[in-house]
Amino acid sequence: MRLRFPPRPHQFFAVTPSPQNESRRSHGWMGIHRGHKARPGEWLAEKFIFLVSLSAILMVLLIFLFVAREALPVFFGQTNTALVQKPIPPDEMDKHSAAELAAYLEITPEQFAKLPKSTLRTLMDIKAEGQDDIPENFRNDPDARINTTEWQYLVRAHQWTDYDKPEYIWQPVGEIKKFNIIPLVVGTLKVTLVGLLFAVPLAVGAAIYVSQLARPRLREFLKPAIEMLSGIPSVVVGFFALLVMATVLQSIFHYQTRLNAFVAGLALGFAVIPVIFSIAEDALTSVPRAYTQAALALGASRWQTAWQIVLPAALPGVFAAAVLGFGRAIGETMIVLMVCSASVMSWNVFDSARSITTTIAAEMAEAVSGGPHYRILFMLGALLFAATFVSNMIGDFVIHRFKLKLEGKR
Amino acid sequence: MAEISIPRVAVTQAQAGAASAQSLIEIESLSLFYGATKALKNISVTLGERVVTAFIGPSGCGKSTLLRCLNRMNDLIDNVRIEGSCKIGGHDIYSPDVDVIELRKRVGMVFQKSNPFPKSIYENVAYGLRLHGVKAKSDLDTAVEKSLRQSALWDEVKDRLHTSALGLSGGQQQRLCIARAIAIRPEIILMDEPASALDPIATARIEELILELKKDFTIVIVTHNMQQAARISDYTAFFYIGELIEFDTTGKIFTNPSKKQTEDYVTGRFG
Repeated sequence: MRLRFPPRPHQFFAVTPSPQNESRRSHGWMGIHRGHKARPGEWLAEKFIFLVSLSAILMVLLIFLFVAREALPVFFGQTNTALVQKPIPPDEMDKHSAAELAAYLEITPEQFAKLPKSTLRTLMDIKAEGQDDIPENFRNDPDARINTTEWQYLVRAHQWTDYDKPEYIWQPVGEIKKFNIIPLVVGTLKVTLVGLLFAVPLAVGAAIYVSQLARPRLREFLKPAIEMLSGIPSVVVGFFALLVMATVLQSIFHYQTRLNAFVAGLALGFAVIPVIFSIAEDALTSVPRAYTQAALALGASRWQTAWQIVLPAALPGVFAAAVLGFGRAIGETMIVLMVCSASVMSWNVFDSARSITTTIAAEMAEAVSGGPHYRILFMLGALLFAATFVSNMIGDFVIHRFKLKLEGKR
Repeated sequence: MAEISIPRVAVTQAQAGAASAQSLIEIESLSLFYGATKALKNISVTLGERVVTAFIGPSGCGKSTLLRCLNRMNDLIDNVRIEGSCKIGGHDIYSPDVDVIELRKRVGMVFQKSNPFPKSIYENVAYGLRLHGVKAKSDLDTAVEKSLRQSALWDEVKDRLHTSALGLSGGQQQRLCIARAIAIRPEIILMDEPASALDPIATARIEELILELKKDFTIVIVTHNMQQAARISDYTAFFYIGELIEFDTTGKIFTNPSKKQTEDYVTGRFG
């Protein structure tokens, strides 16, 4: 039974019983039960915004699924790069499963399913003939019998023929393709860390200066000036680093490789500074002025106030800025591509480096669609995606902990 | 003065105590400009040592501005210009050789809205001490306990000194701010409407605290609450649109003001 408010004599307006009033009253007291029907515009707008935000999440998910799907054959071991393979005589086709044959022919099971039997047979013939064309010197090379897309060759050092010791090598072209991803991961981390070590202190320092210490007039000039840095295309930054920074830095530090991870890291730092600065500055500015005033009234200098009171209070925001900067740095392609791109396995920052993004950008165009190289590039993409996702999650978690601690809830 | 009525006895006692007080703050023809606006007009007043002086007046009358002149917090605002002189203990605090940090160490401040730092209770009180060079843990511990006891907060927080100060109630936070201000043993404590955001019980505690602190500190308090001014202060200054209208013992201001404007204000006819 629905409760209805009894009519009261002192209602806002006199209600004389009439058919019209009756119908209005059936919606409940003063329309209170009409819910969203009373404001259809707002209801629609709300649902629309909800859909938009949902689609953003969906997009991220779909992109990841797409990237991961292309990489699946690597995960399932369906790719084979062994140069010398045990040939399957075309006549024995029926003795093997479709998946086996697809892997043997280096095509996807879907493609395999679509092709008519006669075409497949031709492919089998070509493959068998291909085995005869293998140069003589590879026939007895043990490397030629290795499927280099197996996990152990992807992540562990292997002593290749003519090498003195096991090594991590990314060398996706040539007769024996080497796909070890460790040099790329190391290169990425090396460049990113140099970039962040350079950018975070500078950007946070600048943010502290602009938000806490600078006179208002100077602040009005400095803030847009630094933020304008983010408007410089990374190609231009890369160009500058390639021509100017590399030379200048080499003449200062006297290292051997002119284009190395150090130069790339610094250039990357330039690209990341405005991102970190902008967010850190916002975080520092939004620290309540009451804190600053209290510290100053206690006899703290402006510098002490900024360092000891404002910075700790803004730490969650500053940390968020650093995490975002990390995401930007690890995803930045162009600068690293221009400045250094040899895939050397070395933690030395004065050696060259090749980052994951650089590798994808530089090699995707040459990789045979659907081939092992192509698959591995997609796997690298998925890896990068997962890495940024995890770093953001950790960042979020830490920020949350920080905030709770500051608010005294822990 | 034979015809003193009973309520005024208390007043005369306060007055007697006040009369013996030495002058500490001497403000002479002080004017303050925000850009072209003259916010304080030619103010001259002398405030005594170890008494409570209340600044009252309607909003925007300049009482807070004058208060903030006393520890030069107005320096933080751009386009502020000050004329005239303000001497504390005989030294002009606006002379160029004054170290603002040293001044603020000797003239503490408590704000309208409680503003403890987002640190632990202990760290809040210890912060000022650390700023001024106290390093030894034992010295800090003693000073923190003393300040918290003096601000009547010790018993409530002694078991959770190292939890965040933001977990305290509003009234406790304000007492913590007072503890923080007195930890560095200033000579003067400026209070800018310290109880205006608090409920009556918390307000009563703050008022008790002020009367207690009067023994050791000179207190200047800005308040909108005239009962509060009457309850806790020895002297009262009434401001109106940037001018000091009347300054006298609290008893006189509230019972027998010499200016019409003061009377109108304290009797609630305007403001």
